[in-house]
Amino acid sequence: MDELAEVIRNYIIKEYLEQGDDREITETTPLITGGIVDSFSMVSLKRFLERKYGIRIPDADATPEAFDNLRSIAAVVRKFQQTTAAV
Amino acid sequence: MPFAGATLASPTYDELRATLDWSVAERELGYRPGAPLNIGWMCSDRICQAGRGAKLALLWENFQGERRSFSFDDLRVLSNTIADFLVRLGIAPGERVCLFMDRVPELYIGFLGILKTGAVAQPLFSAFGDESLFVRLTDAGTSAIITQKKHLHKVRKIRASLPNLRHIIVVDAADSPLQEREAAFDMMAAQRVEEFSVYPTVAESPSVLHYTSGTTGQPKGAQHVHYSVISQYLTTKWVLDLHEDDIYWCNADPGWVTGTSYGIIGPWANGATQVVFDSGFNAARWYDFIEKYKVTVWYSAPTAIRLLMKEGKEPARSRNLSSLRHLASVGEPLNAEAVIWSGEVFGHQFHDTFWQTETGCIVITNFPGMPIKPGSMGRPFPGIIAAILDPTTYEPIHEPGVGGLIALRPGWPSQIRSYWNNPKAYESKFKNGWYLCGDRASVDRAGYFWFMGRDDDVINTGGHLVGPFEIESALLEHPAVAESAAVAKPDPVNMEVVKAYVTLKPGFEPGPDLELEIMNHIRKRLSPLAMPQEIEFADSLPKTRSGKIVRRVLRCKEFGEPVGDLSTIMND
Repeated sequence: MDELAEVIRNYIIKEYLEQGDDREITETTPLITGGIVDSFSMVSLKRFLERKYGIRIPDADATPEAFDNLRSIAAVVRKFQQTTAAV
Repeated sequence: MPFAGATLASPTYDELRATLDWSVAERELGYRPGAPLNIGWMCSDRICQAGRGAKLALLWENFQGERRSFSFDDLRVLSNTIADFLVRLGIAPGERVCLFMDRVPELYIGFLGILKTGAVAQPLFSAFGDESLFVRLTDAGTSAIITQKKHLHKVRKIRASLPNLRHIIVVDAADSPLQEREAAFDMMAAQRVEEFSVYPTVAESPSVLHYTSGTTGQPKGAQHVHYSVISQYLTTKWVLDLHEDDIYWCNADPGWVTGTSYGIIGPWANGATQVVFDSGFNAARWYDFIEKYKVTVWYSAPTAIRLLMKEGKEPARSRNLSSLRHLASVGEPLNAEAVIWSGEVFGHQFHDTFWQTETGCIVITNFPGMPIKPGSMGRPFPGIIAAILDPTTYEPIHEPGVGGLIALRPGWPSQIRSYWNNPKAYESKFKNGWYLCGDRASVDRAGYFWFMGRDDDVINTGGHLVGPFEIESALLEHPAVAESAAVAKPDPVNMEVVKAYVTLKPGFEPGPDLELEIMNHIRKRLSPLAMPQEIEFADSLPKTRSGKIVRRVLRCKEFGEPVGDLSTIMND
C-alpha cells in the first residue's frame, strides 16, 4: 500500500471504526457500500483530504463511488493534487 | 388496486374516500374488534395458516454478496425462537426491547419475536453514536437490547448509566468474551421453537416505540399500538400495490418508521416477498440488485433517487430493469424533476407518499392509476381526513393555493397514542380537533396537496428528521464551543443538511482543523445524519431579549428568505 493510501487508511481506522472493530482495511475494502463510511460522513472525510493535501475536491467528484475504497480515494486526491500544482 | 376508476365494478377514488372505513382491512386480516391482535402473529403465523408457509418472505443479501433466505414458516418459527428466548430471560409484556443492528435478518425477525412476547419493539438506527443511544434508551427505560458485536462498544460505554437495561443480547457473539448482563443468541443455531404461545395483545396494546426529533428538547418516543397493522396493511396493498407474485424492495432501515411500517409490517401482513440489501448506496450495485432479483415494486427515497440521477441514465439503461412495475418514494418531498426522470429511465414514475413517524402509515399520497402531478404530495388516503389549517385560528382553509398547516382528523388506526412519558408534547400536537403534522402545504383545485416546508426548526436531511436541540447540546460538549445553533441548509441531493453556527470560548481560534474536529465529534456522539456539513464560526448569534437563540434568523439566511417581523420574537 503506498503512503497516500496508508495515510487515508489510518484516518479511517481512527475516525470511522468503532473501538474493538478489527476489520482489515485494504486498498479495495468497500468503505461506503460496506457501511464503514456512510454518505453523510463522506463530507468529513473530504474535508480531511482537502485540508491534509491542500486541495479542493469539487462535489461532483466526491461521489459514493469515488470514495468507496482507498484506491479510488487516493486517485481522487492525486487528480486534484495535479490540478492544484498546474495552477 | 381498488380505484382505477376505469370500470363500473371499481369504485373511483372519490367514491372510496366518501365510503371507506377501516373495517375492510379488519375483515381481510380476519380481525374482529375486541379479539386479540398481535402484529408478530399477523406477519408470520397468519400467513402460514393461510397455506403460504412455504412462500419466500425474506431474501437478504449484503455488500459482500452473502445471501440468506427465509420462508414465512421460517419467520414463524424463528420469531417464536427469539420470543421464547426473551421470555426465558424474564422479559415481560410492555417492557421495551431495543433492536440496534444493521439490516441483518435478525433485526427483521427479532422485531416480530419481540411483538409476540407482548413487549414493545424499540428499533434504533445502528449508526447512532453512544449519546444518541443513551438518550433514547434512558427515556424509554429499555430493559433489553439486541445488538451485534460491532456495536457492542457503544452499548458498553453507556450501560453503567442505564440501570433498567438488564440484558444485552449479542446475535453474532460467536466465541467473543462477553461481560456482565451480556448474553449470546445465535438465531440460526438456537433450538427452533415450533410452538409459542403468542401473548394475547389487543388492538390498543403498545407495540412499537419509534424515537423522532422535534424542534425543542430531546427526541420523543412515538408510541404505536398493534391496531396500527390495519392501516399499514391497507396502505401497503393500495398505495404500494403489492400483489401475490411481487418482489418488493424497501430501501429504508427499520431503525426508522418506514423500515418497520413498510419494511416489515405492511409487506408481511400482505404475505409479500421482500428483498433486503444490507449495503451502502452504490448506483451500479443497486441496479444489479434490482436486475438480479427482478424487483417489481420499489419504495425508495428522494435523496437516493437524486443520487441515482447524478449517475445519469446509462447505468440504468445498460441493465434489464423491466421487472419494475411500480415505484414509490418517502421521507421528503419528491421534486418534479425526479418524477419525470424516473418515468424516462424506468418507464414508471416514482409516486410520492407523505406521512411521518406519528402517523404510522401513508396519509397523503399519489396512487397507482391516478394521474401524478410531478412535485405534488398527492391526495389523502381514503379513510384519512386531511386539511390545511390557518396557522392563527386553526380553522380549515378552503381557498385553493393558500398555504397553511397540514392537519389530519385524529382516529386513523396507526396514529400514535402518546409520546413516551411526555403527555404535554403529545397534547401540543392537537389543535381545534385536528392533529398537526408540523408541515405546511397548500391544496389545488383538484384536491392535490403541495408541500411548502416544515413549520418548525426541525431539519429534514436525506428524508430523516433531525432535531436542533440534540445537535446544539452535543456541540456545547466540545471544549471550544461557547454557544451553538443548528439549522437547515439547502442541499441539492439531501434537500437539507445540518449547518451549525458556533461562537468560541476564549483561547480558541476558528479554522478548518477545528471545524473538522467538531464535525467528527458530532458524528461520533450522535450520528452521521446529525453531523453538521458546515460549521460557521460567528462572533455572536441572534438572540431574544431573554437570551434565547433565534434559529429562524439563521435559517432564513441559509435559504435566502426574508426574516419577516421579528418584533414579537426578539422581545421574548
